[in-house]
Parts: sequence; structure tokens; C-alpha cells
Amino acid sequence: MKILVAVKRVVDYNVKVRVKADNSGVDLANVKMSMNPFCEIAVEEAVRLKEKGVATEIIAVTVGPTAAQEQLRTALALGADRAVLVESAEELSSLAIAKLLKGVVDKEQPQLVILGKQAIDSDNNQTGQMLAALSGYAQGTFASEVAVDGDKVKVTREIDGGLQTVELKLPAIVTTDLRLNEPRYASLPNIMKAKKKPLETLKPEDLGVSTSSTVTTLKVEAPAARSAGIKVKSVDELVDKLKNEAKVI
Amino acid sequence: MTILVIAEHNNAELNAATLNTLAAAAAIGGDIDVLVAGEGCSAVADAAAKAAGVSKVLLADNAAYAHQLPENIAALVAELGKGYSHILAAASTNGKNYLPRVAALLDVDQISEIIAVESADTFKRPIYAGNAIATVQSSAAIKVITVRATGFDAVAAEGGSASVEAVSSVQDAGVSSFVGEELAKSDRPELAGAKIVVSGGRGMQNGDNFEMLYKVADKLGAAVGASRAAVDAGFVPNDMQVGQTGKIVAPQLYVAVGISGAIQHLAGMKDSKVIVAINKDEEAPIFQVADYGLVADLFEAVPELESKL
Repeated sequence: MKILVAVKRVVDYNVKVRVKADNSGVDLANVKMSMNPFCEIAVEEAVRLKEKGVATEIIAVTVGPTAAQEQLRTALALGADRAVLVESAEELSSLAIAKLLKGVVDKEQPQLVILGKQAIDSDNNQTGQMLAALSGYAQGTFASEVAVDGDKVKVTREIDGGLQTVELKLPAIVTTDLRLNEPRYASLPNIMKAKKKPLETLKPEDLGVSTSSTVTTLKVEAPAARSAGIKVKSVDELVDKLKNEAKVI
Repeated sequence: MTILVIAEHNNAELNAATLNTLAAAAAIGGDIDVLVAGEGCSAVADAAAKAAGVSKVLLADNAAYAHQLPENIAALVAELGKGYSHILAAASTNGKNYLPRVAALLDVDQISEIIAVESADTFKRPIYAGNAIATVQSSAAIKVITVRATGFDAVAAEGGSASVEAVSSVQDAGVSSFVGEELAKSDRPELAGAKIVVSGGRGMQNGDNFEMLYKVADKLGAAVGASRAAVDAGFVPNDMQVGQTGKIVAPQLYVAVGISGAIQHLAGMKDSKVIVAINKDEEAPIFQVADYGLVADLFEAVPELESKL
């Protein structure tokens, strides 16, 4: 079966971001960008399904600027067969991205679509669910285990109280949690081979999708700073401070 | 303006996060209806009817909603939600699961994990793991929003007297089914709502050593959390994880033991009122946010702390 994996180019997770002085957003000039960690896990899961003989073809897709080709090349180096870039310079809402992905789903007709559960920049946690709604497919979000069995997929999900297992009819949408797998590193020969793999570029207009949004960001501010407190010398002093100064115990 | 709040529950009890979500709804203003969708959940509807500020409770009691499968719940909420100005749910794993599906079915954007209400159409929400706060305005006809429980003080659980109306609509998409669940059992308070949280990280070295934290927690009436390192190392189950990808907590007191304080962990706890760090590494980033820091070997400090409480 065909698997579609959606990836996103985001600021690297180790970067401490800074808010712009004019409060228009976060300063991303000259900041290291990477594939969103949850998306790496999605690619890895697709590659493992191919290695098990469940999947026959993996298509990596992203919606983003021209530079997002780098992240698609990374996905190709990790084992995706071909890639699709839906090129859009502006930052889009999750709903717009879900609509564009729906356009790609209609074209490619995958049996399984794997996405990360959230992007670490917008922290929305919406796109997979929205894509599932638009395509009418079942959804297995926050997956920590995925087992394809015939025309069904069993997904173990991380929920507030523990774990929950659901069975979904294929085609279905799965979003990955951190514990689903440990992504591999791309080897140099695979990075070289990835340069020759096909990468198709589309525009939102090609998919007939309007990307307008009803949500506007008025301003972005730094959170209230929390300053370092004091160092105590002993457990006695700590207990005393908590009881008498902070009055929390 | 009428707001629909979707109740978080386990078919037997109303989850406390619903009361925080009601507080966010009250801040928006207008009549508030609560939807309780589940199976055998009339006790939950009765509890929701008693919550302060609720005008009406809609009870959708059907086997199709028993396990909150998003394919069924979202279809129901999208159907009922058409007449409302706002649809709110707690940013729990349930709310995050079905609400974006509702938004897409209604063809509107969703706003995730708001921490403050500026006006009926303007909200504040954290982005970049809490390292920036965005103020967003929505022009959507129906505003679909998840609410971070720790951002709002709960409304009173008693005192209201809303009517309960049964909803007859049954939405069963038939594309998904519940297989089973494995819930962690604990006598301690629930992590997300606890007043005191004691958390352990990689420095705990193994799962058995968490026993020390459980003893401290029991003396304080606290919940026990963990960093991702402790979860990945298999010391404790993943539902104890605090951070960007785990639970967000904002207790009165957060005690971080053997936790370095990575960005992703701080995202889950830096709104705590008082933070205590116990770590032998003086340079650990956690000390930059801790109100009280103790540079010490946790294997000596934690048992001593327990004996002195």
C-alpha cells in the first residue's frame, strides 16, 4: 500500500527562540531549521512499514516555502520514495494546510497518512485531525504503536490516564507521539541518493484550495520572565523557606 | 452569544478540567450550554448541571459515544454546534483529539490551548513551547477553542441548577472501534490538577528510586511527575510526563528532582507558583527558574526532606 507522510520545516528544537522587538513574531532570521521532531517519527514509521513489506511506496509531502525542499530531501534520505512540495511563502493555518494535504490525498490515494501530532513552533496539534475530517477517514492520534492488519490498522494511543487501543478502517490518518519509535540517521550514501529522487512542486492554486484564514495574530510577546531565586544550603533551610516564606506546605 | 462547552468525563465522573473550561467560557460571556456525550453518563450530566454559570446541559447518551471516538463525537458536536458562537473543550488528549475534527467539519480554524481571554474574539496562547505568547483574533462565525486548564481558575462545582435535556441524535461513522485501554492506577491526586507536584528526572537512575519521591509526595499530598528522560528510560509510565509533549501543570509547588530543565520540560511547569530544584549540577538550567535551589545529591537530600516534612 501507499503511505503519505507529511513533514514540516520548523525552527530546530534546541534553539531558544527570541521574540522580535516589534512584537510581530518570533525572529527566525539565521536560526537553524530542521524537520519537526514528530514528523521525523512519522517518516521513520512509514519506512519501517515498508521494511516489513506492508507499504510499497512512501510519498513525503510538505506545505511550505521553497527552502522546505531541504526537509523533503531529508525524508527521501531516510527512505521515502518521492516527494511533493506544496509551495507557499506565507505561514498558513492548520486548516489551510489540511485542505492542501487533502488535495494531495485525493491525487495520490494513499491507504495511510502519517503526520506528527504537533509542530513544535505553532504547537497547534490540529492538522492530522482536520485532514481526517475533510477526507472522512478515521483517525488514530498520539500513536505509540501502529499495526496494519489487512484492511484495518490497530493504533495504540497515548491518552491522559494511560494507553488506549482503537481499530480503524483503512484508509486512515495516524499522528505520531514521541514514543512511537526512535528515528534513524540518514547515511551519507542515502543523502546522495536522495538528491536523485523525484520532487514535484505544486502551488495551492493547482489543488484548487483557498488558503485564507479567519485567525490573525495581533502580537507575539515574550512570556513573563521568571527570575532565578535563591540557593539554599540545606534541606532544613529548604523546608523552613517553603513553610514560612513561600507558605506552600 | 451562546457558548457550547463539551464536558470531559469518564462516563462516571465529571473531570475537573471541565470547570476550568467553564471559567474560560464565563470570561467570554453569554449563555453557556454543556454537552455531555458518552454512555451511561447521566451522573456526569447531573454534575455538570450543578456547576456555576451553566444554563443548560445536553445529554447525548449512546453506545456510539462510549469511548469518545472522535469520528462519532466530532460529527455530533459539529451538528449541535452550528447554532453557537463558541465551542470550547479542555485541551486534554480527548479535547485535542476531536475538536480540530469539529472545526474542519464546520470549515473554521481552531485556536489551541488558550491561556487567557482578552475579548469574545481575542485570545492569548503560548507558541514555541511556551517561549512566546501570541495574541490571536478570530473572525470565524463559530469560534472553536481548546482551553489550557491551568490558565483559568475553576468555577464552583456546586450552586448551579441547569436543566438537563436529552439529545436524540446518534452519529456513528462506523470507521473506528474501541479495542481496549490500559489506565495507570494511582491513589495520589491527578497530575494536571494537583496543588503540589514532585517530579523526577534522569538523575533518579532507575524506577525503584522513584519510591523515594512517592514517599515525599504522600507526605505532601502531592502528585508525582517525570521528565521525558525518566519516561524514555522506562523508570515510570508516560502518562506521568510533564512538558511540551506531556502534561502541562501549574501547581502551587513544583519540586524538580534530578531534572536538568530542558526547554521542553520547562514548557510544562514554568507557570508553577513556587519551583524547587534539587540537583547536584550547579549549572543545570532548572536553577534559572527555581525559586529555591538546593545543590545536593538527591539520594541524600530526598530521604532527608521526607524525614523533615
